[in-house]
Order: sequence, then structure tokens, then C-alpha cells
Amino acid sequence: MIVGQQKPLEEIWEMVKDRKRLLVLGCNTCVAICHEGGNKEAGIIASLLRMKAQKEGVSIKITEGGIERQCEEEFFAPAQTDIDEADAVLSTACGIGVQFIAAFWKDKPVFPALNTTFLGGVEQIGVFSERCQACGSCVLGRTGGICPISRCAKRVLNGPCGGSVDGRCEINKEIPCAWQLIVDRLKELGQMDRYEELSPLQDWSKDRAGGPRTLKREDL
Amino acid sequence: MREKRTPRTSSRLEKILAEGHLAVTSECGPPRGSDGAVLEKKGAMLKGYIDVVNVTDNQTSMTRLCSLAASIRLKQAGLEPVLQMVTRDRNRIALQSDILGAASFDINNILCLTGDHQSFGDCKTGQNVHDIDSMQLLQMVRQMRDEGLFIGGDAISRPPEMFIGAAANPFADPFEIRVPRLAKKIAAGAEFIQTQCIYNMEKFEAWMQGVRDRGLHEETYILAGVTPFKTAGMAKYMRSRVPGIDVPDELVKRMSDTPKEKQAEEGITICLETIERLKEIEGVCGFHIMAIEWEEKVPEIVQRAGLYPRPDLEAPGQEPAKVATS
Ligand code: SF4
Ligand code: SF4
Repeated sequence: MIVGQQKPLEEIWEMVKDRKRLLVLGCNTCVAICHEGGNKEAGIIASLLRMKAQKEGVSIKITEGGIERQCEEEFFAPAQTDIDEADAVLSTACGIGVQFIAAFWKDKPVFPALNTTFLGGVEQIGVFSERCQACGSCVLGRTGGICPISRCAKRVLNGPCGGSVDGRCEINKEIPCAWQLIVDRLKELGQMDRYEELSPLQDWSKDRAGGPRTLKREDL
Repeated sequence: MREKRTPRTSSRLEKILAEGHLAVTSECGPPRGSDGAVLEKKGAMLKGYIDVVNVTDNQTSMTRLCSLAASIRLKQAGLEPVLQMVTRDRNRIALQSDILGAASFDINNILCLTGDHQSFGDCKTGQNVHDIDSMQLLQMVRQMRDEGLFIGGDAISRPPEMFIGAAANPFADPFEIRVPRLAKKIAAGAEFIQTQCIYNMEKFEAWMQGVRDRGLHEETYILAGVTPFKTAGMAKYMRSRVPGIDVPDELVKRMSDTPKEKQAEEGITICLETIERLKEIEGVCGFHIMAIEWEEKVPEIVQRAGLYPRPDLEAPGQEPAKVATS
């Protein structure tokens, strides 16, 4: 899923303070799981902004709303009335949701309430961590199911680098070294002989480097 | 003396190693500014005491004068440089292009590295590139040299002629892949290896045992890295703050128990003792003396370690054929 994190309230305020009727619009899928941008969090951000507006003596009508998904037009209908009444939208979706809302309601400014942070999963309650950078040519089959591109600070494909100590990455003792994890996993799988296979140059043309990516399914 | 091997390039380092001598290398960090005279001064200090000098590439991610220009300057000052290149800051186009630039000045040695993470340096909010890693850089330089081809497959007019090296850290984790990792670097193309600085001799010996068990010491030249402590503070700092460096507590204690004014001397003594022990280890082909911001001590270390004078390749009879006569 996509993980996001709310921007500081001050930063949000600076973006929206000159609006007259602001709708805070939640997205109840990925960013609801990390409790940062779901419909419930949209309501909380709206309340905080109302308090802020009152404190600053600024008159804005701030309402709240939410839909299941902001990255697909099919889900937009329930938000139509709310958006028609607003002069701007503060979206608590990931960057994708923000852009789809902006593309659909062409006359409304749309602002992001979150910083979209990574593609990850729920490691334990309240802890979310990155697992993939959508590189477009997955190497997990060679690396014991652990992604060196998203989990190694230098995305080395033939790791570890010389900075791996006690299973931790050189950049931060809180972060496990991806290559320690890979070696441990290959050992568990009885595949240590695979460690010496040289990983060839990665094809980054399928990654961000190749430009915006699209997937077309003729069958749909 | 080791068995002689046949050199493949006109690198001075390769010739010295191939002849069976113990090689001595050191390093020179370019300045944080454009004053090239600093390099000439450091170079003059080292000249004659070492065979080649490594030129570091924005080490610890602090922005400095580039290693390519610094290598050219040192070469012009009469030293033979080892161009260090990290994959952190350049993509495959830039790396190949810089290698050709270096080759156009007949820089004959390259050390292929990944580089420290940028968060250690002065551009913490910068992007890192890591288009390829150090193993892939080794393969790339080998292809450029041996096949005369760019990564893209096109022919290179006048391919680079470089002796190709890599770093090895016997002290990083996981320990069990430290020997396989060396094997992997050799398979990727590493003809010489400079190790991380050695303080934990037991661990280094265990690693070398594993290296010999697989015969890897005969497939590459291993230069053992040493760095003298200048102060007890430095020993402590290296023990606890530098990732991948293993300083045993007894060495830190030995430095701390020495009065302040004698610590520098003690650091040199420890370094000389280390070199003596390393000389006894089969498969160690030389020393990489990294005297960090203390280059002036390198001549003394080389002399007191019995590594002076350096072999004179210009002397008649010692020079392998094929050197220009003009
Ligand atoms: S290798 Fe690429 S696609 Fe596979 S998990 Fe890592 S970033 Fe994602
Ligand atoms: S310590 Fe491990 S995770 Fe960190 S950069 Fe090095 S190889 Fe990658």
C-alpha cells in the first residue's frame, strides 16, 4: 500500500488560509491504514484548521468529506456536492489521489495535506516500512525475497557494502541492512551458493528514469 | 618472494606486484577548494616513498576537488595516481566518460568503490545515483579495457589501459560472506585489493585463511590497509563512530594509557608492529598506508618498516619491455 504522512499544520495553513470555502477530503484506502489520510483523519484536520482559523481571526468555511478512493473516477460521485460547494479542496490522499481530484475538478485548486512517503506494509501495529520502489524490473527472485532497491540505502545489487555492521545499515542503527537480511534468508533457504552470482546491470528504463510509466490492458 | 606474474598494463603498481615486491601505496585527499598546490605539496611529501598514490573521491561524502583533476595534477607532479571512483555520484554515462578522461592522461590505475552514503557529508539532502554498484563498475572497466567496448556495446577508440582494483572490508558483517564477497569482486574483475584499515589482527588472519583456502590470493593482489592513530581520541572515534572499522579495546586502552604528548609516537609504533605482523601473512602483497591528514608521517613509516627504498623500475634490467623511448 501507499504510505503517507500528514504535513505540519502550519504548512497546510499557509496553503489554504486565503480560501473562503475549503473542503477537506479524505481517502479511505491506503492512507487510512496508516491513520494519516483516511476519512476520519480528514475530519480531524478540518477541526484543527477551524481552530486555527478562529485563532488567526480568519473567516473560512471549512467542511469535511471523504470517499473510498481518490485515484479512480468511479469513486468520485459521492463527493460531487461537497466539492461543488467548496472553492478549494485539501486532499488527504496520496499524491496520486490529489492529482486525480485536480484533473477531474478542473476549476478547483487542490492542495495536498500529506507527504506521500513510500510503498510499504504494516510491520507491526503503528509501524509501517518501505518494501518497494516500483523499479519496474523486480529482482526479488534473485535476492531471497528481500528488495535491495528499496531497503538498501545505496540500492546495491551486489551487496552488502563495507558499512554493514551487526546487521544494521551504515546510515542508521535503526535500519536493518538489506544485504544482511538477504544473506540470512539465502542461508535459511539453503541457497548461499547463489550469493556469488553477479547481478547484472539493472534496466532502469523501466524505473522512474525511463519517464512516466503506463499500463494498458486491452481486455478491460 | 612470491612467484612472478605477467603484468597486463603499464601500471607501475602492477609491475611492482608482478615482480614479486611488497608494494606500498598511500592516499591523498583532495582539498576542499581549488588550490591545486595543496596536492603538489602532499605529493612531494610522499614522492619516492610510495609506489602509487590513491586519490580519494569525495570521501565521507564531503564535497572536494574532484579525484580526476587531482589525479592529473599528481601525475603531472611526477607521482603515479590510483583514481578512486565511487558509484554514488555518477551514472554509467558519467563513469565511462570520466574513465576515458583519465585514460587520455594515461592514468593507469583505478579503484572501484560504492562510496559512503551522502548523509555523512555536507550535502545530506542531496540525491544519490547508484545507477551501478562497485562490482558492476569493476565489470564495466574490465569490458572497456579488455574488449574495448562501451557498456552500450560500441567500440572505444583507444580503450583505457588501467590496472583495476577494489576495496575489501574483512571486518564488516556478515563475516561469513566476506571471503565469498572477495571471490565475487575478483570474478567481476578486481586485479588488486586494498583492505579497510586493519587493527583486529585475529579477524584479519581468519579472513586471510579463508582467502588462501580458496586460492584467491593467487588470483588478485591483496594490499593490507593500515592507519596510524594520531591520538587516543582518534582511536576511540574509529572504534565507535566509523562503520565497518574494528578497533579492539586493548588498542584503545594502549593509546589512552599513553601520556598525551607521546600518543602520536605510540600510534606510529602500533602501526609498525601491525605491518611487521602483516608481512608474515601469506598472501599479503603490500601495504596501503592511509595516514589521514598526517601524510608527512608516511615516509617515516615506510622507512622504519623496512620498505625503503622503493623498487626502481627505471633501473636497467628491471623494467619489463614495452616502455616508450622518446
Ligand atoms: S525489486 Fe523493484 S519491483 Fe521488486 S520489490 Fe524491489 S523495487 Fe519493487
Ligand atoms: S549497510 Fe547494507 S543496507 Fe546499508 S547501504 Fe550498505 S549494503 Fe545497503
